[in-house]
Amino acid sequence: MRLVLRGRQPRWVAPVAVLAAVLATVVLTAIPIRLAGANPPAAFHRYLVTPLSTTAGWYEVMLTATPLLFTGIAVAIAFRAGYWNIGAEGQFLFGAVATTGVALALPGLAAPLAVPLGFLAGAVGGLVWATLPAWLKKRADIDEVVTTLLLNPVALLLVQGLLNGPWRNSSSGFTDSDRFGHGYDLPALIPGTRVHWGLGVAVVVIAIAGILLTRTATGIRIRAAGQAPRAAALSGIPVNRLRWRCALVSGAVAGLGGASQVMGVQHQLTQGISNSYGYTGVIVATLGGLSALGVFLVAVLLGDLSVGAQNVSLVLQVPTQLGAVFSALLMLMVLSAMSLRRYRVQWSRPRGRRTPASGGGS
Amino acid sequence: MSRPHALLELNGVTKRFGDLTANDSVSVSVAAGEVVALLGENGAGKSTLMKILYGLVRPDAGGISMNGQPLHIGSPRDAMSAGIGMVTQEFSLVETMTVTENVALSAVGLGIVDTRAARQRVTAAMERIGVDIEPDRLVSTLSLGERQRVEIVKALFHDCRVLILDEPTAVLTPQDVRALFATIDRLRQTGLGVLFVSHKLREVAEISDRVVVLRRGQLVGERVTSEVGVGELAALMMGVKAAAPVGDTAAAVGLPTEASPDAPAAPDRGESTTAQTPALVLTELTLERHGRSIVDAVTLTVQRGEVVGIAGITGNGQTELMELLCGTEQTTSGRMEVDGVDVTRSDVAGRLAAGLGRLTEDRRGSVVPQLSVEENLVLEDLPTYVRRGLVDRTAIRAHAERLIARFDIVATPAAAVSTLSGGNMQKVLLARALARRPRLLVAAQPTRGLDIGAYQFVHSQLKELRDSGAGLLLISEDLDEMRALCDRIAVLFRGRIVGTLTVEEATSERLGVMMTGEAVPA
Amino acid sequence: MVAAPRSTYSCVWGWVVSIDLLALVGAMLTIATPLVWAGIGEVVVERTGILNLGIEGTMYLGAFIGFLAALRTGSPWLGLLAAVVSGVVAGLAMALLTVTLGLNQHVSGLGLTLFLIAVCEFTFRLLYAGERPTLEQKFHTLLPGVAVLNQHWLTYVAFLVLAPAAWWVLRSTGMGYRLHAVGENFEAADVAGISVAATRYVALMVGSALMTVGGAFLTLAVLGSYTLDIINGRGWVCIALVIFAQWRVWPTVFGALIFAVTDALQLQLAITTAFGSIPRELMLALPYLAVITALAVWGRKVRYPGSYLRAYRRG
Repeated sequence: MRLVLRGRQPRWVAPVAVLAAVLATVVLTAIPIRLAGANPPAAFHRYLVTPLSTTAGWYEVMLTATPLLFTGIAVAIAFRAGYWNIGAEGQFLFGAVATTGVALALPGLAAPLAVPLGFLAGAVGGLVWATLPAWLKKRADIDEVVTTLLLNPVALLLVQGLLNGPWRNSSSGFTDSDRFGHGYDLPALIPGTRVHWGLGVAVVVIAIAGILLTRTATGIRIRAAGQAPRAAALSGIPVNRLRWRCALVSGAVAGLGGASQVMGVQHQLTQGISNSYGYTGVIVATLGGLSALGVFLVAVLLGDLSVGAQNVSLVLQVPTQLGAVFSALLMLMVLSAMSLRRYRVQWSRPRGRRTPASGGGS
Repeated sequence: MSRPHALLELNGVTKRFGDLTANDSVSVSVAAGEVVALLGENGAGKSTLMKILYGLVRPDAGGISMNGQPLHIGSPRDAMSAGIGMVTQEFSLVETMTVTENVALSAVGLGIVDTRAARQRVTAAMERIGVDIEPDRLVSTLSLGERQRVEIVKALFHDCRVLILDEPTAVLTPQDVRALFATIDRLRQTGLGVLFVSHKLREVAEISDRVVVLRRGQLVGERVTSEVGVGELAALMMGVKAAAPVGDTAAAVGLPTEASPDAPAAPDRGESTTAQTPALVLTELTLERHGRSIVDAVTLTVQRGEVVGIAGITGNGQTELMELLCGTEQTTSGRMEVDGVDVTRSDVAGRLAAGLGRLTEDRRGSVVPQLSVEENLVLEDLPTYVRRGLVDRTAIRAHAERLIARFDIVATPAAAVSTLSGGNMQKVLLARALARRPRLLVAAQPTRGLDIGAYQFVHSQLKELRDSGAGLLLISEDLDEMRALCDRIAVLFRGRIVGTLTVEEATSERLGVMMTGEAVPA
Repeated sequence: MVAAPRSTYSCVWGWVVSIDLLALVGAMLTIATPLVWAGIGEVVVERTGILNLGIEGTMYLGAFIGFLAALRTGSPWLGLLAAVVSGVVAGLAMALLTVTLGLNQHVSGLGLTLFLIAVCEFTFRLLYAGERPTLEQKFHTLLPGVAVLNQHWLTYVAFLVLAPAAWWVLRSTGMGYRLHAVGENFEAADVAGISVAATRYVALMVGSALMTVGGAFLTLAVLGSYTLDIINGRGWVCIALVIFAQWRVWPTVFGALIFAVTDALQLQLAITTAFGSIPRELMLALPYLAVITALAVWGRKVRYPGSYLRAYRRG
């Protein structure tokens, strides 16, 4: 058996491939669900449908999706430009740190000042954390994958160091920061729910990114620089400069995510502020096809899955990590299917060393 | 075709890549002690045929036999064990390995490599064919000629009965070519069959016993070398009758000529050009790399409405000259003016603004495959399509539809360029370049690998551009094409222009002589 | 007579002596061991031009599967065997994604890591929710009481067997030639009759098995238990070490020791009162920063393998 490139691609192939990938993921994750003693169809109903069946569920899903919207679009912007930013995790964390710094330094600020300032601090923080790898890439062509990756644990250690040291909670003594002044609390986007203005900011950022990437000259240049840097350079596009800028913007957006999470949900800095949002952002961006709409939909899907996972864990005693198993597996499956769709399978006899050529008369 | 003593035979080999038929039922044979030349222009299908023989490409039809026994060759390993050795065009050497390691590579198992024994065997193999290279040197330190000798030693390391040399002289100095021919002679005497793939007539005439000529994937002739003249071979290779006048070859090739009245040298051009700013002025343009001049003081003027060709054997600085012209490589010294504007220090965007258009050799490397046809078409003119900060999709679509109609591109505006055939991709690039109304167009190998329809179309568009008053600099290896389009032909040899001929003066003979740097006509 | 100079010494270098040098070296070797196993595994993989970002997840897998099997069977040896088998499977998965399907290596590797970490966590929570199981039988150190030399056999093997063997295999055997040729110029390897795909498959399976040993060392020898952050970025450190070492075995080992000494120093300083004021986290971050600095200083000159990050398709 071997794979042969398809000449032309029928229209039905791509959707069928995605569907097959989703089905394969469902079937494969049914095994651990079964092992956990739950009934897979019932579990999947709870994972995917239950959270979206009530209004309150929707709010919870949107709340959970918010940080993923930020990190997903951050990663997508960088990947689009051909800059492999795997450091959204660190940038998210440092954004949160920067916001916390401002909030702890100026606790009494009123909301109209505090909220924009908090977001600004987060964006600057993320940008700062993204600068070193981007600069090394631009100056010395040092692989950004490694440098962005390595700064992730450093950012986490920084958070832990600050919480163990200067920012240790002054009243409880726990390794959480003090609660921020109320001026920093993001108002509810939908009154009476936990859905906060971070979601609004995320949606605005995604909309801007979507317009930028598809509707502006810069966006077309970014895509050209990311997909065919040589051809882009030949067309007069400053590839390295675009990448550098996208790297910084990507960091800033991830940092906004950090700001949104500390101001909107925790109201203080905690060690677990990032729950791997930065890494999951890579999944969101990739599954979303690096497009704004794709990122939005996938982030909501993963938010749904994550809320569902909490529910399943409580009701059916399946550990919440199944959500992460599912999303990572889904990404690998979809990527595989999208690669496979370019081929068709050709069955042929196993290759022999000197078997006579079939039908080759001389 | 099969001869009684044929050692190796290819029978009716056919290979298609999408719309392109690279080999159309080609049969070739080689006997022991015989050097068979496979002659043809770039893109004639020679390399594909040899890759099939070496198991790197699977044929769609046809068979291979050795000593009359059918052979199945599914991989290079099969080919090697059948006694076929190949020296590929771009050398297949691992630069970070030593000579011995490279040669032994195909023979090592998984276990310990006895480097002493390997070195001895390599030295012995080198002595046998008269090569003297230190076996412990890293390949990255070897000259191109030395690398090729290592490749030959590598191919002969197995009990090789047929040796394929794919364009072996493309990168060699004349001295290296002499040494290579001496080696081939030696191999012939030891009873090896040699397949010598080349597009260089003189070399083929000198070294081969028999010549097989390919043109556009088809076998168009087979001759005993001693019974045929270079002129006849050239005619076969280019598909032109030897006696045909050099003028409009399109007719001789059998292509329908367009009705446009202009003859090869349009009469109404030239009178006013002296008064005009030239489209391109190159003054002592030089590119140095590692202290060597790759492009050496090139001085050249292209008037408006004039087509100047740059002829030369591959690797004499054409690629680098193209890069200098496009601005993707920094000029070491010299000056470049496009339409009176000094662009020597300008970047790509600056040159585009000055009126430079390009049609580069590497088509796939010049488009962004994942972007749509319309996006690729406006990639260099995005600012003109911006309305209130956003790109005007309607205008882009309209622009693309106009160009698609005018250039007869078989695609929708929204289709990704990666889905296009080679000919349509070239039309997209042509459309993009011409839509900007360049004052000067530089085109490198604009028709390589295109089918007849696309070939003819590209030519008619280039002529139209010329007639509109733009200058055209054509870098090509297809002399046929040169004569059809150019007013003057400059010959590049080792980065220098060794002479310029008018199209009437430019016979194959004279160009051939100049391209090999043997003599410069007065 | 002997006491006088010693007291001067301790006077001047008081804070240095308070660092127990022997303990420091001992800790360094232990800390370096998983990095040597996994780092050499990554060298083997990257030699063929494949960047395996699955390393972090593969190390988690080795740590977890090793622990699980040892816990269930009571034998750390069976645990190690299970870890190795799981590593081969992880390598096979990575090969399927990047070699056969030709997917982007960054995304595949990261995806594999996220998947494996999630699977390990899921299974651990499923089996031992709320418990902290520990191994009754784990590997013991070989020479109790002999400070520096009191190491685990996996440490001895890493430095005295694995590293020399890997160096020798890569340098002097046909397998090494093949890995090198495929990584530098896969077209040339193909022309020489070497199967690019098979070579990469083998390298990924063997390399990933070594990575799982590195992970299993932590559970089976050092800790005797499994924690959810047991690898904590060590895989990423290995990626950096291999680039820093330019795909050579001994510099990778050297780099692992440098990383380990900063880590060991941090452990030592943490218990030294004079340094109590320096946050422990800063010291923990030091090795990562050191690797980034090393890359920034020397990374400029790095020559990547010719087929790095590229999938091979015969033209």
